[in-house]
Amino acid sequence: MSTPTSQSKPVDESRSVQFRVWRGNKDGGEFVNYQVNVTEGMVLLDCVHRIQAEQAPDLACRWNCKAGKCGSCSAEINGKPSLMCMTRMDTLPKDKVVTVEPMRSFPSIRDLVTDVSWNFRVKKTIKPFKPRKPDNADGSWTMFQQDIDRVQEFRKCIECFLCQDVCHVIRDHQKADEFIGPRFLMYTAALEMHPLDTEDRVGDLKNRDGIGYCNITKCCTKVCPEHIGITDNAIIPMKERVVDQFYDPLTRLFRMFKGK
Amino acid sequence: MSFSEQFIVHEHDVLVIGAGGAGLRAAIEASAAGLKVGVICKSLLGKAHTVMAEGGMAAAMGNVDDRDNWEVHFADTMRGGQYLNNPIMVEHHAKESPARVLELESWGAVFDRTQQGKILQRNFGGHRYPRLAHVGDRTGLELIRTLQDHGIHQGMEVFMEMTVVSLLTTGGKISGVLGYDRERGRMRIWKAKAVILATGGIGKSFRITSNSWEGTGDGHALAYHAGAELMDMEFVQFHPTGMVWPPSVRGILVTEGVRGEGGVLRNSEGKRFMFDDIPDMYKNQVATDEEEGWRYVCGDKNANRPPELLTRDHVARCINREIKAGRGSPHGGVYLDIGWIKEKLPNASDHIKRKLPSMYHQFKQLAGVDITQECMEVGPTTHYVMGGVAVDGDTQMSCVPGLFAAGEVTAGLHGANRLGGNSLSDLVVFGKLAGEHAAKYAKNNAAVEVDQAQVLAHTNAIMEPFERTTGENPYLIQHELQNTMQDLVGIVRTEKEMQEALVNLDQYKARMKKVSVIGHREYNPGWHTAIDLSGMLVVSESITRAALERKESRGAQFRDDYPDKSAECATFNLVAKKAADGSMQVTRRPLVQMRSDQKAIIEKMK
Repeated sequence: MSTPTSQSKPVDESRSVQFRVWRGNKDGGEFVNYQVNVTEGMVLLDCVHRIQAEQAPDLACRWNCKAGKCGSCSAEINGKPSLMCMTRMDTLPKDKVVTVEPMRSFPSIRDLVTDVSWNFRVKKTIKPFKPRKPDNADGSWTMFQQDIDRVQEFRKCIECFLCQDVCHVIRDHQKADEFIGPRFLMYTAALEMHPLDTEDRVGDLKNRDGIGYCNITKCCTKVCPEHIGITDNAIIPMKERVVDQFYDPLTRLFRMFKGK
Repeated sequence: MSFSEQFIVHEHDVLVIGAGGAGLRAAIEASAAGLKVGVICKSLLGKAHTVMAEGGMAAAMGNVDDRDNWEVHFADTMRGGQYLNNPIMVEHHAKESPARVLELESWGAVFDRTQQGKILQRNFGGHRYPRLAHVGDRTGLELIRTLQDHGIHQGMEVFMEMTVVSLLTTGGKISGVLGYDRERGRMRIWKAKAVILATGGIGKSFRITSNSWEGTGDGHALAYHAGAELMDMEFVQFHPTGMVWPPSVRGILVTEGVRGEGGVLRNSEGKRFMFDDIPDMYKNQVATDEEEGWRYVCGDKNANRPPELLTRDHVARCINREIKAGRGSPHGGVYLDIGWIKEKLPNASDHIKRKLPSMYHQFKQLAGVDITQECMEVGPTTHYVMGGVAVDGDTQMSCVPGLFAAGEVTAGLHGANRLGGNSLSDLVVFGKLAGEHAAKYAKNNAAVEVDQAQVLAHTNAIMEPFERTTGENPYLIQHELQNTMQDLVGIVRTEKEMQEALVNLDQYKARMKKVSVIGHREYNPGWHTAIDLSGMLVVSESITRAALERKESRGAQFRDDYPDKSAECATFNLVAKKAADGSMQVTRRPLVQMRSDQKAIIEKMK
């Protein structure tokens, strides 16, 4: 039998915490201060809800599952892109003001809610899954676990778009028109590495999706709440495929003769 | 402002309300019929509650145990539902779910595999053989993402973060839907020949629930007000294992998959209490000792299941009993122990992390508990409603022409209690059927003109809270409503307490008319909560009235004043409908009878 849960878990305490929450819309806004009584085990989203219920019923925020599974409550907490539902209050510095802002790379809708529709538009431009013919008469395929481990890692993505928010290509250089961002480089990688897929998206990665802009600073990997190896496991292998297909001298020669 | 300036108008052949598994599957099917299809999401696309489903989807593919087939699945589902299910739907479900799973694979889903490279299936409560196709403990995410990524290329128009206020009917037929977008608060009319409700559940009517804020029974209430019938509403599933601590995560689901992988329940004395009480109906399907239970988990075909894998209603009541008897854990739950399997497996810690990654992550991050080493504290949580819109078992159409329903908002498949894993398969099997038949309906019926007076009346009603400068706080009423349902209409019910609940509900109805909201119409959660309240009240009243009327204990309903099953109550479903005077009427409806060949299956599987 395992140890019964010990009592040394999130500290049993009640304290008053000062919050600075950004309030506004696309035309501008400001930080508003709120004082919240924080009790044991509370996460930041609980505090936002408490502000809503007791002080500012019109404070806008997105949330759904409250368990890190849906990726709705993305925000910047003390400057760090994070899920509000998975940020435990006792992990933030004590006796300091807690700053809560919307994701800054996306246009504001209101308060903590941003317009993330760009992500949905980008996804639609990526060539969809195209499987080979079924292997078996009953319409099924034979695939082995070791061949899908990597793809399953990428499919853990909850589309919180924190990686898109933190990526400097989008955030600082505003290249959203030429660069699909880490989420969709990884989405493409998941399709490309799917054992059944027959489509080729490597040309798009190079010519349209701007994979070359990524200079592997790994900020996306650092903020991923699912701890997916976005840079190492998805983006770098895709960069390698681009190099193999377009810059490898032998392949280029071969392509010249085949007229491709 | 003229009517056309005040409303943005859309037009579709088939409009789907809800973008979880059922809604997306329905929209894909209706799009395949070449029709103009719209999908209204309450949240962003891909965030619906389906994403929270963990354990898997039940389909008798027989990949792990070749004795499995649709007949066994049929019998298991009927037994789990205590024979109040609609056998037509149970048959569709058992026969068609394997094809729906393969279809997901053909759309890019990546299920866990067997050694032979087939789709792996796991054990779950009430299923005789390993039957749940799964992806670790994030099967719902895989399902919704697959449908989403496939669906966006099928031509459907997606409306995100919209709230539906009312269904529109003209002459008793569906003519469209009225709603607004949360971003700007603009009113919108969707004209449609057919509407499919796929709005999910009602968990938010209770204080402790695994459901997100979206689970406010919108579809149930929309259908009720449009003249449809709500059936089996007394059957609310309390999942035995929700987190109990810390307080802010109370109710969040701990997948049954933990028990499927060998997790056991213990009380504060360290005893595996589930062996103490095994229902007669399952006596010959349960392990006689712990050793046999473990052999079952390891796939020994000659072993019976451990008692932790009995149906959810039973496990929830056993946990409740231990807590009430003072044998609970420090925070009012019991212990769920998966770490003990290290006595049996050399690499147990890695095994747990691989099979239950979300659970590991969830407990580590939110409760500071390492489940590979420590016990989890768990207790019952409001999880699922078996009841919902009464539909035709073949077409999924309600008694309102043009109004269809699929998924949790629908009644019939699960009867008095749902088996774990039967929900995800429900979504895709009946999502497809609803899409197919709604498309047929839309092709065969001309559009019905929208009644402008109806639109204006509904619009004025939802704007009223802005006109009051003082009044009731919607959050407060919602909170009190949740307490009433949790404390008076929860796992253990009595006549006296439920009468008290009805009195409270009446008061909330009166107070709801005095709600005031500050701010603007743009993305205003206070306003939204005020609108949700009316639906939650319909749902809560129908649950309470049906639970009062069913004077017995069966499946998910446990009456302390009628602790046994009654033969008479085995013959009907309860149906709630809005009467001409606006009051709620609950009536008995004889069960849909099994055909003789279906009865023969039940006999054979006993």
